[in-house]
Amino acid sequence: MKKLINAADEVLVDALAGVAAAHPSLSVNVEERYITRAGGPTPGKVSLVSGGGSGHEPLHGGYVGYGMLDAACPGEVFTSPVPDQIVAATKAVDGGAGVLHIVKNYTGDVLNFQMAAELADDEGVRVEAVVVNDDVAVENSTWTAGRRGTGATVFVEKIVGAAAERGADLATAAALAREVNDRSRSFGVALSACTVPAAGKPGFELAEDEIELGVGIHGEPGRARGRLVPAKEIAAVALDAIHTDAPISGEVLVMVNGLGGTPLIELYVVFAAVADWLGARGVTITRSLVGNYITSLEMAGASITVCRLTPELADLWDAPVQTPALRWGR
Amino acid sequence: MDATVFRAWIIQAAQQVIDNADHLTHLDAAIGDADHGINLSRGFQAAVKLLDETNPATPAAVLATVGRALISKTGGASGPLYGSGFRQAAKTLGEDTDISPVQLGAALSAALASIQQLGAATPGDKTMVDALAPAITAYHTTIDTGGNLPDATRAAAHAAARGLHDTVNMQARKGRASYLGPRTIGHQDPGAASTVLILQALATATAEAS
Repeated sequence: MKKLINAADEVLVDALAGVAAAHPSLSVNVEERYITRAGGPTPGKVSLVSGGGSGHEPLHGGYVGYGMLDAACPGEVFTSPVPDQIVAATKAVDGGAGVLHIVKNYTGDVLNFQMAAELADDEGVRVEAVVVNDDVAVENSTWTAGRRGTGATVFVEKIVGAAAERGADLATAAALAREVNDRSRSFGVALSACTVPAAGKPGFELAEDEIELGVGIHGEPGRARGRLVPAKEIAAVALDAIHTDAPISGEVLVMVNGLGGTPLIELYVVFAAVADWLGARGVTITRSLVGNYITSLEMAGASITVCRLTPELADLWDAPVQTPALRWGR
Repeated sequence: MDATVFRAWIIQAAQQVIDNADHLTHLDAAIGDADHGINLSRGFQAAVKLLDETNPATPAAVLATVGRALISKTGGASGPLYGSGFRQAAKTLGEDTDISPVQLGAALSAALASIQQLGAATPGDKTMVDALAPAITAYHTTIDTGGNLPDATRAAAHAAARGLHDTVNMQARKGRASYLGPRTIGHQDPGAASTVLILQALATATAEAS
């Protein structure tokens, strides 16, 4: 598998050096493995810290900046960050109003962030954690590790980031994050697997006419294998799953997210299908995002995230943001 | 069993994990995200390095150092789980410089308890617990029926291997594999596989020491 890297065991360090060189608005601590805003924390503002395995870029480092995250902690590819880096980042961005940890629901992420929150608390930093678990492909039951945190993570980071800039306190920010999570659902489909640099080969093999349904963002196989069908039908499968789980109505924010290996033209084909499906059911798309926002290395495929908006959430979505990956209003 | 034997155990465990990293990755690719071998190798290499740098004098200090390195360097779920296991085991050993077989048994039980508390896995969930729990039972049974330390650690390693084999027919209910549901049946659990390696290393280190 051809990759545009130097050496498999240097990918993260090399990439972080690249992020630092490309984005002067960011401060990248390569040794301690965290990314913060170059201007430092905003005194009196609740700070937002997130993180997770690398390989999902622009998530999370690309979302550090005004109106979104204060810090991002990149782990090794597809591997949760360790408590040390999360604690260091938390302390670095504490502006005195407390820190919100935005944690995607994976066992590793949850455990490492939990440990970090306890350690940070020992050092006098007030931390609250919210867990994102929007993926409908996995049944949330005692028989699984619970639903995965996927596309809604971007929505949470943007909407709560805006609220924090406007002076929301820690409890309000946490409640808002949970509200966005509760109102959002996602479903992903893969047309190809991806290859973790250190593993050297794809996570699974798909035949020319096969797809994986209900994939996450870490390259593991999905819930089921299916046949490759037109984008309209794939979008219907995803939206049926979302709608069955939490009926979609009213005004929505829709993200058609590329998993890394699918061209933008195809994402727009999917969006058209999504728009038709929702339109036929009287749902109005009032906000959208189309592109690579939470990826899985070079996996071909897309995920669809739908958030049932309220006027408040829409207003916060529209609020100014200035990060490498999302920028509007300033 | 003194600090030297504990260190020999960890060095042996690190070697086993590194030598089998590709295999662990392969197991993890089938039902996970293909990073278990890489992560655990990194964690154990860091543990060996930290042992060399700090030269802990007691068995408890050796295990605490390993736990700290695993938490700080492994990442994923296995870092906190194995790391807490070693740290809790260390806490049962106090300042003693020589650990009896009974004391080691208590330390291993403490490790299992902390892993189950943190990860909430029970036997049958298709996790490391499915290798570790039977191993610890076998260890205690051997000691209770008059066996010596090498007998007990060997029995533990064998029971872990049988537990690993038993994970093949289980459906994963914890961790990343649980997203795949019934598709995990027919595959060994990577966490159980690495547990077997660590316990095999313990058996080797204690046999060599006696």
